[in-house]
Amino acid sequence: MASDRIFGLVTLITAVAYIAAATQIQTNFFSGEYLPKLFPMMIGAVAAISSLVMIFKPDPEPEWPASKSWMNMGLAVIVLAFYAVLLKPMGFILPTAFAAGILSYQISPRTKPAFLAGIGLSIGLFVLFKFALGLGNIVAYRIPTPAKLWEAISILIPFVGH
Amino acid sequence: MDILSNLALGFSVALSPYTLMLAVCGCFLGTIIGALPGLGPSNGVAILIPITFTLGLDATSALVLMTSVYYGAMYGGRISSILLNIPGDEPALMTTLDGYPMAKQGRAGDALVLSGVASFVGALLATVGLMLLAPTLARVAFLFGPAEYFALYLLAFCTLGGMASNNQAKSAIAACIGLGIAMIGVDSSSGLPRLTGGNLHLYDGIDFLVAIVGLFAIAEVFFFIESHGKGSSIGVKLEKVRVPWADVWLTKWTMLRSSAVGFIAGILPGAGASLGSFLAYMTEKSIAGEKGKFGTGVPKGIAAPEAGNNAAAGGALVPMLTLGVPGSGTTAVLLALLMTLNITPGPTLFSDRPEVVWGLIASLLIANVVLLLMNVPMVKVFVKVLMVPAWILLPGVTMISFVGIFSLSGSYFDLLLMIAFGVLGYILRKLDIPTVPVILGILLGGNMEDALRRAMTLSDGDVMYLFSSPISTGLWIAAIAGFVAPMFLRNVLRKPQAVTD
Repeated sequence: MASDRIFGLVTLITAVAYIAAATQIQTNFFSGEYLPKLFPMMIGAVAAISSLVMIFKPDPEPEWPASKSWMNMGLAVIVLAFYAVLLKPMGFILPTAFAAGILSYQISPRTKPAFLAGIGLSIGLFVLFKFALGLGNIVAYRIPTPAKLWEAISILIPFVGH
Repeated sequence: MDILSNLALGFSVALSPYTLMLAVCGCFLGTIIGALPGLGPSNGVAILIPITFTLGLDATSALVLMTSVYYGAMYGGRISSILLNIPGDEPALMTTLDGYPMAKQGRAGDALVLSGVASFVGALLATVGLMLLAPTLARVAFLFGPAEYFALYLLAFCTLGGMASNNQAKSAIAACIGLGIAMIGVDSSSGLPRLTGGNLHLYDGIDFLVAIVGLFAIAEVFFFIESHGKGSSIGVKLEKVRVPWADVWLTKWTMLRSSAVGFIAGILPGAGASLGSFLAYMTEKSIAGEKGKFGTGVPKGIAAPEAGNNAAAGGALVPMLTLGVPGSGTTAVLLALLMTLNITPGPTLFSDRPEVVWGLIASLLIANVVLLLMNVPMVKVFVKVLMVPAWILLPGVTMISFVGIFSLSGSYFDLLLMIAFGVLGYILRKLDIPTVPVILGILLGGNMEDALRRAMTLSDGDVMYLFSSPISTGLWIAAIAGFVAPMFLRNVLRKPQAVTD
């Protein structure tokens, strides 16, 4: 009930914002005055109507996880985000071992198997990608300068990064 | 005897040792992808696409590899349905209904072999149907103008929405999310950016691969973290695997009927394999009646959904190749692959690039035989794969996804976007909002808008032009019916609940 209503409200606001943004689309002589705006506005309108239906006719509440699981999932998102920005400056092996190990621990909380899964996956996948498939842009390790490291991590901080 | 000479051309392309090797690899990988719960055909193919590019395969080889994976995944879905009572992919849901009870009676091997044979029959007949029907439909497709294409895209979204979800509003929202995302980027006609919010990373638009891998693969990780990977251990014993000839013979008509039903369901744009297996199972159930004992582990209950599901997988290729409108989530991903290989599906594909089409069809036939050989005697190998624990599998899939997307652009932005799509996918699935329309929207949004714009330009802005031809009017009616009808049929066509222990 409430989840559907909240989600409906979020999509409704997004849809209205989307329509507003669509009216501001720049046009020029080649594209004509209204054609670039037409389809985005139609999408926004359909989305807005559907959102209203969701708000007024919500489905039964889904089974949301307990707060502990939310924390775990939040942690997973943070780990993956760090992995995403560090993959380039630090190379493949070290970030992968950490990320895979932590994810493994979160799925099945036992330290030793998770540790081994992290190391094993990192080295195994590196061999697979580098030597069996020959992917070019995978580098085993890089030692980043502190400035480079900060530059990578600052991407994740709102308004500081770029 | 046009077909035979075309087929000869196809086999001359597809029968080289190298492509055969690719077909075998693809079938093997595909079966594993289909069998592993949480790694369905669409995200399996999606994860493999970037890796295929970096391998530098040419168009035919890439297609052979990917269609083998596609067919393989359809075969593989049944393994975890039967052994774990968890569908490996969505279309395999119906196989759990009779497959798991049969496995619990100690006939797991029989169930696996019978479903493998049914898959083979379904896929083979569908491939033959594809050969016969696709060239004809390609000729009809020449009559399609922008108005007709717009209506056809609409039909795809409407039927997909009607079938995929229990709530029409939710599937409409899903389609709008996808279409809305597709609009982001530089507009092709004006050359000016649209809806990018000034973010330079968005000028190229959002790559559908990023969205697919995020929505399916990354979202799956969150589900496993939530459940701690429970419920993925094999509960039934697999003894000796023999061919149950009696059961195969008993179900021969079931297989043929289900193949026909599945193929037709697959052709409908947007409906796909899930509908195919569902309709096939329900048809057979009503033919057998109460005495058929469907749901208690009868051979017909296993043969019907598997033949239907694989036939639909072949049928879904018909609209994808002839019209460029995919019939299911996975064919949408295959369409994406074609477009990135610079092959534009549509009626002209059959006349301009016959070697691609017929090479594809030939490789489907080859893949099918390879899969039968792999899935009957070697089924134990795949059962071993199911024993890989979730705490190794899921981190592994995640890392492969990251590397795949990273090798596309080498940019952190795509990776962060992929994580965001993962979170979105988790929330959408929790709220019972289907994710396939999102993918289809991202993929087809550009073409759909293009059709609308050309229609509007041709007619000088007259809206009635969209309904002007008999074909387009028919498609509009079908679209509206496909969207509205499930609301009324919902009580009749209720999905049977999976058996619980």
